[in-house]
Amino acid sequence: MALKKVKGNFERMFDKNLTDLVRGIRNNKDNEAKYIAQCMEEIKVELRQDNIGVKANAVAKLTYLQMLGYDISWAIFNIIEVMSSNKFTYKRIGYLAASQSFHADSELLMLTTNMIRKDLNAQNQYEAGLALSGLSCFISHDLARDLANDIMTLMSSTKPYLRMKAVLMMYKVFLRYPEALRPAFPKLKEKLEDPDPGVQSAAVNVVCELARKNPKNYLSLAPVFFKLMTTSTNNWMLIKIIKLFGALTPLEPRLGKKLIEPLTNLIHSTSAMSLLYECINTVIAVLISISSGMPGHAASVQLCVQKLRILIEDSDQNLKYLGLLAMSRILKSHPKSVQAHKDLVLACLDDKDESIRLRALGLLYGMVSKKNLMEIVKKLMVHMERAEGTLYRDELLTRMIEICAQNNYQHVVDFEWYITVLAELTEMETSAKHGCMIAAQLTEVGARVAETRAFAARECAALCARGAAEPPRAASREVLYAAAYVLSEYCTEENVMRESISPLTLCAGAGAGGAHMRARAVCVHAALKLAAKLLLLYERRQDRPAALAVLRETLAGLRPLLCSEDMEVQERAHNGTALLSLVLRRLDPADPALADCAPERGDVTDTLVQHEQSNGFDKDGTDEINGDEASHSFSGGLIEELASMFDGELKPVAPKAQKKVPMPPDLDLTRWLSHDAGSSDSSSSEGEDETGALFTAPQPDHVPIQQFTPDELAMLREARRQEQANNPHYLKDDSPRSYQQDDVQVAEIALEVPLIVQTKRSDKYLSIRENSKKTKKEKRPTKKRKNKVERHSTDSESDEGAAGARPSVAEGGELPDGAALSDDEPPPRDDPHRALDLDLDVPLREEELLTSRVQQYPLPETGLLIKNKKKESSKKNKSTEKRPSEKSGHKKKVKSTKRSKAVDLMLPELLDNDLGDNLLIETEDKNQSSTATGDGERLPEKIKTEKHKKSKKDTKDKDSKKKKTSKKDKHETKLGYEEALGISTPSKEVV
Amino acid sequence: MIKAILVFNNHGKPRLSKFYQYFNEDMQQQIIKETFQLVSKRDDNVCNFLEGGSLIGGSDYKLIYRHYATLYFVFCVDSSESELGILDLIQVFVETLDKCFENVCELDLIFHADAAHQVLDELVMGGMVLQTNMADILCRLQEQNKMQKAEAGISAAPARAVSAVKSMNLPQQLRDMRLPDLPQAIKDLKF
Repeated sequence: MALKKVKGNFERMFDKNLTDLVRGIRNNKDNEAKYIAQCMEEIKVELRQDNIGVKANAVAKLTYLQMLGYDISWAIFNIIEVMSSNKFTYKRIGYLAASQSFHADSELLMLTTNMIRKDLNAQNQYEAGLALSGLSCFISHDLARDLANDIMTLMSSTKPYLRMKAVLMMYKVFLRYPEALRPAFPKLKEKLEDPDPGVQSAAVNVVCELARKNPKNYLSLAPVFFKLMTTSTNNWMLIKIIKLFGALTPLEPRLGKKLIEPLTNLIHSTSAMSLLYECINTVIAVLISISSGMPGHAASVQLCVQKLRILIEDSDQNLKYLGLLAMSRILKSHPKSVQAHKDLVLACLDDKDESIRLRALGLLYGMVSKKNLMEIVKKLMVHMERAEGTLYRDELLTRMIEICAQNNYQHVVDFEWYITVLAELTEMETSAKHGCMIAAQLTEVGARVAETRAFAARECAALCARGAAEPPRAASREVLYAAAYVLSEYCTEENVMRESISPLTLCAGAGAGGAHMRARAVCVHAALKLAAKLLLLYERRQDRPAALAVLRETLAGLRPLLCSEDMEVQERAHNGTALLSLVLRRLDPADPALADCAPERGDVTDTLVQHEQSNGFDKDGTDEINGDEASHSFSGGLIEELASMFDGELKPVAPKAQKKVPMPPDLDLTRWLSHDAGSSDSSSSEGEDETGALFTAPQPDHVPIQQFTPDELAMLREARRQEQANNPHYLKDDSPRSYQQDDVQVAEIALEVPLIVQTKRSDKYLSIRENSKKTKKEKRPTKKRKNKVERHSTDSESDEGAAGARPSVAEGGELPDGAALSDDEPPPRDDPHRALDLDLDVPLREEELLTSRVQQYPLPETGLLIKNKKKESSKKNKSTEKRPSEKSGHKKKVKSTKRSKAVDLMLPELLDNDLGDNLLIETEDKNQSSTATGDGERLPEKIKTEKHKKSKKDTKDKDSKKKKTSKKDKHETKLGYEEALGISTPSKEVV
Repeated sequence: MIKAILVFNNHGKPRLSKFYQYFNEDMQQQIIKETFQLVSKRDDNVCNFLEGGSLIGGSDYKLIYRHYATLYFVFCVDSSESELGILDLIQVFVETLDKCFENVCELDLIFHADAAHQVLDELVMGGMVLQTNMADILCRLQEQNKMQKAEAGISAAPARAVSAVKSMNLPQQLRDMRLPDLPQAIKDLKF
C-alpha cells in the first residue's frame, strides 16, 4: 500500500509542471487551443489524485491558463482544497488561484470561511498575510460578516505587517458589510496614529477612500489629518491626506482657509512633483470652495497658475498633461487667471501627444471670447484637416461645436460665419455621430437666430444640391436631414426655392445612394413644402405659367419615388403627388402630367375634386376666408390651403417640456368621447376634435351637433369620415399653425431636425468681419421674419447690447405655463458607498450596544485598546491582558448565538470548533471561563473597563508620545518617498 | 483605488493580469486587448496617461502605463490615486522584479508569473497601495521564500532533479531569446 503510494508519487513527478506547460504552449503556437485542451484534460486527471502536491501543481497550471482567458471556475473546490493545505508553498498557490478566479458571487465561498479564519489566526504572520491578500480579492458579504471580527483583531496585531494588511482589508469589509463600519471606526481612527508608518499610511488610505464618497462624515477627523500633514514626511501619505482635504474643503470653508498657508508652504518647499501637483489641486479645491473675499486669495490663484505654467512648459509630457488637467479645474472658478495663459494652451494644441492635445482642447472652452472665437475655430479647422485617427477628429469637432454653442452662442457674433463653418465641417470626413451633431446645430441656429435664416437656407440649398450631385458621406448623410428641413422651413427666396426642388427629389431618390432613409423622407416632404410656398408666391403674383412649371417639375421629380424601396419615401411621395395633382387639375385639367403621374388614380382624383367643389361647407369656408383675395386666386383657394399646411413657425422646446404639460382640468379620460356614448364607431380622429381644448380651431360643424337625431348623427358621421378620408385639407388641424398656439406638443419635432453646409469659405468672415457686420445691419430690417425676431430678442436684450451687431438668439425653450426648468434628480446609483454613509461622530450609545451588531464588537475592542496601551508599558503583560477581555467577547457571542437566532447575524457559528484550532484562544479560555457570564453582568463590566482605559490613557499618554517620537526617528530614513535609484522620476525633480 | 494591473508584451500577449474588481475571463481578455490597442499605438515620448478605455472604468478612471523594453505595465486607477505616484509605483514594481529575478526580462515573467504575483501582492492589496518601500518588500519576499524552501527540504530533491533534466535545453533557448535588459532600458528612459 505504502509502496504503491510512493510509486504513484514518483510517476507524478513526471507530470507537467507549470514550466512545462508554458514551454509546451510556446512550442505549439500553431495549435495552441488544441494543446491547452489536452493539458486541461491532464489537469483534470491530476486534480483527482489524492496527493496534494499534484493538486497544487495542477492548480498552479490552472492559474496560468486563467490568465490566458480560460474559465477555471469549475475547479473552485480543488482550489479550496489546495488553499487548506498546511504547507505554505501550496497555500500560496491556492490563494493565488483563488484571488485570480474567485469573486464575491462564487459558489462554495462559504466553505472557505473556517479555513480563512484559521489562516488569519495562524501564528506565522505570512500565512495570515497571505490569507488577507487573497481574501481582499474575493470577499463576499457573508465572508465579511463572519470574518470582520477576526480582521479587527488583526488590526491590533503586534506585527506591523499584519496590522497594515488588516487595516486595508477593513475597507473591503466595509464595502461588503457596512454594518461593520461604526464599530470598527474607533480603531481605524486609532491606527491613524500608529507608530508604524506603513500602518499609518494604510489607515490614511482607507479613511481617504471612505471619505471620498461620504466626506461629511469625516470632517471631524480634519484636526488629526492636519497634524499628520504638518508632521509627516512620507510623500505617499501626504498625497493621500492632501487629496482627502481636497474632498473635505467644499464642506467646510474654514478648513480651507486654514489649509492655504501650509499648502502654500509645501508648494514652495517640496521637491517631489507628485506632491506639488496634489498641493496645487487641493489649493484649487480650497479656492473654489471659499470663492473670493479672503486676503491673499488672488495671490494663491496666481501661485497655482504660475506653478502650473511651469509644469506645462516642462519638457516632460506627463507634467504637461497634469498641468493642463489642473488648469481645467481652475478654469471653472477663475477663468480670468487661466485666460492669461492662452498662448500656452494654444501652443499645446500643436503638441505631438494626443492626450495633451485633448486636454488643451478641453481648456479652450474657457478661453474663447467674442474676439478670438473665429481665430481659434480657424485653427481647429486646420487641425481637423490634418488630424489622423477618428478619436481626435471627433473630439475636435465636438469641442468646436461646444465652444461655439456654449451659453446660447454667447461668443458667436456672426452667425453666417458659424453656418459656413458647419457647412465646411460637413465636408470633412467625420463619423455619422458627428453628422448628427452638426445637423442639430444647423437646426438650432435656424430656429434660434431668425436673422440668419435666409442665409442658412441658401447654404442648405447648396448642401442639398451637392448631396444630389454625388453620394454623400457618412456625416453629410446625417446633415442632409437637417439641410432639407432648414431649406424648406426658412427659405424665402424664389430662385433658391425654385432651384432646390429637383435636387431635393434627387436626394430622396436612389441618386443619393446611401442617404439615410429618414433624411430621404424629409427630402420628399421638403420638396412638397417648397412647391407649396412657390405656388402661393406665384398665385399672389398671378403667374400661372410659373405655377404650372413648378407643379410639373415637382410631380416629375416625385414620380420615380412613387415606387421607392423605402416605405416612408413612397408614402410621402404618394401624398405629395396626390396633393399636387389636385392643384394641377384645378389649374389645368388637361395637363398631360396628370395622366402621367397617377394614371390609375385618375378617377379618384376626379371624384376628389368634384367632391371638393360640391362640398358647400368647405368651399364656402374657403371663400369666406379669402374674401376679396378669391378674385385673383387662380386655384380657387386650393393653393392657399396647401400652403397653410406648412405655415407657422416651429420653436425650440425646453427639455422635458412634454413631461411637464399639465393635464387639462376638464379632461376626463374615462368619459366617452362622443355624446352618443353607445356609438362604437367614433374614431380616434373624432376624439381629437372633441378634446378641442387642446387644439385651436374647433370645427364649425360641431356646434349644431346636438340637435341632430341619432340617424342624422350617424349619417353625418359617416359623411364626415368619408370626407376626412378623402380631403387633404383635413390635415389642417395637425398643421404647424395649430402647433403655434400649442407649442408644447410641437417643438419636439423641431429639435430633431438638423442641417448641412459646405465650402471652405469661413475664413472670409474673419477678414471682412467689420464690413460684413455693417452691411448686414442695414440689410436686416428688410427681413421678413423681423416681427418674430423682436419677440425673441426680449429675453436676450442685454446680451445684444453687449454684442453690438450680434444678432439676437432665442434662448431657452418653450415650457408649459407654470412649469419651471429643473433637472429631475438622477436616480440613486447602485453604489456600495451609499450604505457607508453613516454618522461616525455619534458615539456608540448604550442602547445601541444592545443591538446585536454592536454587541459583538465593543468588547473585543475595549480589550484591544487596553492591549495597545499595555504594549507600550510592558510587552510581556500585553498578550495575557489583551486576550482575556477579547476572549470574553468571544464567549459572550457564543452565548448570545445560543440564546437567540436574531442575534447571530455576524456570529461565526463555528467559533466553538475554531477554539480547538487555536492554541492561544484555548489558553485564554481557561483563564477567562469564569468571566463569561450573562449579558446583564457583562455590560457594566464593560463600561468599567472603558473608564479604566480612559484613566490609564491619561497616564500613559506621555509615555506613548515619547515612544512614538523615538520610533519615528528610527523610521525617518525609510519614510521618504521611495525613489527609483538612478532614474529621474517626475516626483524627484526639483522645480 | 487601483482597478486593474495588466502586464503584456509588445504584441499584446498577457504576462500578468490582476483585476481588483470582478470581470469574467472573456471580459478580462477583452479589456487586455482594448488596453493594448490603446497603449500600443502611442509613441514612447508621449505622456504616460491615457483617458478612455470604454470597457474598464469610465470617466473617473485613467490608464497609467510605462513601457519597458518588450513589456507594458498598465495600471487602471480612479481619481483617488495620484498619477505621478502610480508612475513611481510602477517603477518600484519593476525594480523589485528586477531585484528578484536579477535582470528581469520578459521570459522571467513568462515562466514565473506566480513569483511576479507574489511581488505584486506585497505592493498592492485589494486595489490599495500596501507598501512602496522596496527594501521592505524584498525582505518580506525573502522571508516567505525561505519558508517555502524549508518546507520543500530534501523531499523536493528528486522533483528538482527531474525538472533540471527537463530544462536541460533551456539555457540555450534562453540565450537565444534574451531580450534587452530592463535596467538598461530603464536608464535609457530618461525624463
